[in-house]
Amino acid sequence: MLTSLNARGALLSAVIFFVFMLAWHIGVQGKASVTQMDPEYARLMGMAATQGKSAMPGPLDVGAQIWKHLQEPFYDRGPNDKGVGIQLAYSLGRVLLGYALAVLVALPVGFLIGMSPLMNRALDPFIQVMKPISPLAWMPLALYTIKDSSISAIFVIFICSVWPMMINTAFGVSATRKEWLNVARTLEVRPLRKAFTIILPAAAPTILTGMRISIGIAWLVIVAAEMLVGGTGIGYFVWNEWNNLSITNVIVAILLIGLVGMALDQTLARVARAVTYPE
Amino acid sequence: MSKFISIESIARRYPKAGGGSTTIFEDLWFSMNRGEFSAIIGHSGCGKTTVLNILAGLELPDDGLTVVDGHAIEGPSLDRAVIFQSHALLPWRTVLGNVSYAVSSKWRDWSAEKVAAKAMTAIEKVGLKGSEMKKPAELSGGMKQRVGIARALSIDPKILLMDEPFSALDALTRGALQDEVRRICVETGQTAFMITHDVDEAIYLADKIVLMTNGPQAMIAEIVENPLPRDRRRVDLHRSPDYYPLRNHLIDFLVTRSKTFKDEMPEGYDKRHPPTVRPSADNPLTPGETRKVA
Repeated sequence: MLTSLNARGALLSAVIFFVFMLAWHIGVQGKASVTQMDPEYARLMGMAATQGKSAMPGPLDVGAQIWKHLQEPFYDRGPNDKGVGIQLAYSLGRVLLGYALAVLVALPVGFLIGMSPLMNRALDPFIQVMKPISPLAWMPLALYTIKDSSISAIFVIFICSVWPMMINTAFGVSATRKEWLNVARTLEVRPLRKAFTIILPAAAPTILTGMRISIGIAWLVIVAAEMLVGGTGIGYFVWNEWNNLSITNVIVAILLIGLVGMALDQTLARVARAVTYPE
Repeated sequence: MSKFISIESIARRYPKAGGGSTTIFEDLWFSMNRGEFSAIIGHSGCGKTTVLNILAGLELPDDGLTVVDGHAIEGPSLDRAVIFQSHALLPWRTVLGNVSYAVSSKWRDWSAEKVAAKAMTAIEKVGLKGSEMKKPAELSGGMKQRVGIARALSIDPKILLMDEPFSALDALTRGALQDEVRRICVETGQTAFMITHDVDEAIYLADKIVLMTNGPQAMIAEIVENPLPRDRRRVDLHRSPDYYPLRNHLIDFLVTRSKTFKDEMPEGYDKRHPPTVRPSADNPLTPGETRKVA
């Protein structure tokens, strides 16, 4: 039953995909009427006006463009013409660096907040104020103080990933079952060993949920941040191709952003499954 | 002669919502010899669990002192193992992992093989050989509690403390586990202290049954000595001539005297030395009557 449900789901997905592609293909077919005009003027107007071709690329154009990118993902022909693979690598690098820094800060601080009701109360107002701030609002401040656009982007990733992880870690740690802590107490387990052998595994599923939320937000934010700071990255690529009026490349980039985001999320989902314990 | 376990005038009070405090019990005295199995029965709220937690070191009394083997209890200790009502196994560890965790906590410098061997001995003792690599979620309630027992036994505790260990199990499983605990305690001379609501469980397992009156201001009404033979078996308990006099005495206490004891205290009742009684076929006690054993 399960396999047949999976098979039917996959089939339905394929049908939806095909219908969407067909609708897209038909939707971007050219208009019948072509205005007659002066050839000089027609050259300025482009094919949309002269041949009735839609300005919106169709699925076949996008497919061809993807094929082109796949054949040469890592070329580098100057600052404004780099392969999409290089741009993605820049974005991933920034996200992973900012995210790793956030893990280093959020997990210990979250542990502290979760274990100490005093720290919980003391730090709660700061977290509540910092959490709803749009990460991009930090950008001018980061640019002013750090004076480096690339590091500023990493800082923005850090600041947006840190809160969900910290809050979930604190919650997971404070929700460790009393009976497990009592087991540790009756076995005279020392604090550090207790933290690593009881509290960490008990809170791990909650912590991983926070980390999944964070990586999702980080990947959302990097695109916007790179549009602002420019230079390199998939966000910059999108903006640059928009300025080039290459809608095909914009669509390719959107697709790639989605695929990479999914891969990041699935990686953490796999880790989360590994640390989840059935009760 | 000094006792193996001695509870001396302990009190426990909780703050009340509107200020002041509620006294669960105070000036409570009780002692146990080495190798003795004591069960404490009483209604909910009389502070049984508090007494057990104090013995475990998880709670400290507001007054008084608890001495085990010549040392006052100041906190939890590996000398006193607790079997929790909810088994409290770590779900991310296997059966062997759970028991090994206790063993390696007690003997910190042991090698991994030595720890595993010791843990396996305890697992075999409770009849779980073959399931040692399973996670708790794959086990039935009875098997989980067996792991809890194995974990407690694996550290060779001076005292085994049990907080209604079988109350969450079905009757058949409960019986089987009572047999195991009885066998292990008799064979190894394990000192044990148990909370129970089940009169038959107390009769089968315990040498001494402590009767606690209703809280707040709970008191130990009497200590009942078990007149049944030491080699008693669960299946033919009820054929012993002493079974019904003992059982009736306990039921009478739970039904009526646990409430009325406060107002009808027997003459000469001394909190420090609660009367010891031994209801048996030759000495059936009428409700309310307490006869001291010579």
